[in-house]
Amino acid sequence: MKRVYVNENWCLGCRLCEYHCAFAESRQKDMARALRGVKINPAIRIEANNGISFAVSCRHCKQPLCVKACITGALHITNGIITADKARCVGCYTCILSCPFGAISQNETGVIQKCELCTASHGSPACVKGCPNNALVYEERE
Amino acid sequence: MEYVIIGNSAAAIGAVEGIRSVDKKGTITLVSNEPYHTYSRPLISYLLQEKVTEDAMKYRPDTFYTENACRLIFASAVQIDAKKKRVLLDNGQELPYGKLLTATGSSASVVPFAGLQSVKNAFTFMGLDDAKALRAALKPDCRVLIVGAGLIGLKCAEGIVKLAGSVTVVEVADRILSAVLDGEGAKKVQAHIESKGVSFMLSAKIERFEETRAFLSDGRQIEFDVLVTATGVKPNVDLLKGIARINKGILINEKSQTSATDIYAAGDCTECVDVSSGESKIMALLPNAYMQGECAGLNMAGVDTAFTQAIPMNAAGFFGLHIISAGTYCGEVYTCAEKDYKKLFYSRDKLNGYILIGNVEKAGIYTSLIRGATPLSSIDFNLVCRHPSLMAFTKTERAAKLGGEK
Ligand SMILES: Cc1cc2nc3c(=O)[nH]c(=O)nc-3n(C[C@H](O)[C@H](O)[C@H](O)COP(=O)(O)OP(=O)(O)OC[C@H]3O[C@@H](n4cnc5c(N)ncnc54)[C@H](O)[C@@H]3O)c2cc1C
Repeated sequence: MKRVYVNENWCLGCRLCEYHCAFAESRQKDMARALRGVKINPAIRIEANNGISFAVSCRHCKQPLCVKACITGALHITNGIITADKARCVGCYTCILSCPFGAISQNETGVIQKCELCTASHGSPACVKGCPNNALVYEERE
Repeated sequence: MEYVIIGNSAAAIGAVEGIRSVDKKGTITLVSNEPYHTYSRPLISYLLQEKVTEDAMKYRPDTFYTENACRLIFASAVQIDAKKKRVLLDNGQELPYGKLLTATGSSASVVPFAGLQSVKNAFTFMGLDDAKALRAALKPDCRVLIVGAGLIGLKCAEGIVKLAGSVTVVEVADRILSAVLDGEGAKKVQAHIESKGVSFMLSAKIERFEETRAFLSDGRQIEFDVLVTATGVKPNVDLLKGIARINKGILINEKSQTSATDIYAAGDCTECVDVSSGESKIMALLPNAYMQGECAGLNMAGVDTAFTQAIPMNAAGFFGLHIISAGTYCGEVYTCAEKDYKKLFYSRDKLNGYILIGNVEKAGIYTSLIRGATPLSSIDFNLVCRHPSLMAFTKTERAAKLGGEK
């Protein structure tokens, strides 16, 4: 299965991935309009420290601890992609407790959000398309 | 292969998914004495709050049993004949098995207070039927007394506070949530819950009941209309008495096998090793139940699998305040008690446990350090104390986690 892979050597820390993620999630047409004045809350997050930076988003693990731990059944695997049924999430955050990558976060309404690779909405991950330096790639490995 | 599973909750569903990931042909029969499609037990308090409907409590979709080719029988398993390899049900049916899983969970362990039988409106808070019965007994002006300030008692309090006139929680320990919080953290959470209208009486020992009155050992009395006892849970082990080794819970190894041939056990009915302390414990929590069940299912289907990373861990919110905790609270302590509350417990180059209240972001990075027994000297522990982050790992480790160069 295709996944997003991160090469920190190429990451500029520009956070365009975060903006493209938030824009994709907004389902709007114009990026400037969608994000102007908005404090974004993207499903991909840059970690940066001492000149090193890299993006972190869901790894779509083959043995996902978040899915196994979910107390309601809101998280499941569909064709290898770990998806969250927001209507079934009660915001207990057992998945946040479980994810070893820190890749699941809370959305504005208190339920969880995570990267679902944009496949349903945009065909392929918007963060990768928006990365200016190939620090993010979307490909088949192993 | 004929698989029989006693239970229909997290551990049982884990087993079905474990079996079906490798064996599409064997027959699977589930036996449940709760007459419901598999549901998420923790959601019963959310049901009372009307945050979920009964239909939305389903732990798996409506199609689950047909998609996984399982037969679900609503009955009680009353006896296991380990020699003939049969399970006897209370409806007279006998189920032969090749591999058996007991995923019978736990029941309320009610302290046998004197006079408890004289209380008419007494409830426990363990399942959907309990929640429905409690709901029916609540009236806008009624006074509810909850005995026990553990996770279940407090979830119950949260669930009913808007449906009752008053809610008082009595706890024998000197703090709430004593299994998950330290004293300081407990005070913080208690203050928050009090601000939402729940009252507490701590270090308060109930001596006896008389109809609608509780008598404390210090002479105080409490009047109530509805009583909920939430004084702990006990594993349902009776079916395996005389058949497999039982301590407090059914003893299982890392393959979820009991000491009896072809009989497995998983979830709240079992006891297994907590890797954060090395002790054998009952960890009555849903993620462990699912994972032990899945591991049992794989082994029952002949795939050698070990689940070796069981630790106590809990995520819970009360009236919007979130708590995540895991592991064992021993060793040196890193504290940060600004707006949010954080404690990390570590010794011998390992993280043993942690408590986060309020900001719970990326907590799983801490959990993974405990589960993996990661040597703290191999990471930037100072950084990870301040912010759980992948940055704290070495560059090689980060590349392994995130993909790195092809
Ligand atoms: C109010 C409440 C809130 C909770 N909140 C959380 C939470 O936030 N996070 C968390 O991790 N955990 C929570 N838990 C704990 C969690 O629900 C359990 O750990 C989990 O349900 C255990 O799953 P299990 O499959 O082992 O057992 P159970 O869910 O107990 O299921 C066992 C099933 O087997 C049936 N059974 C037993 N004996 C027989 C028999 N002889 N024949 C037929 N059927 C039988 C039982 O009736 C039951 O349906 C909560 C529990 C409660 C009550």
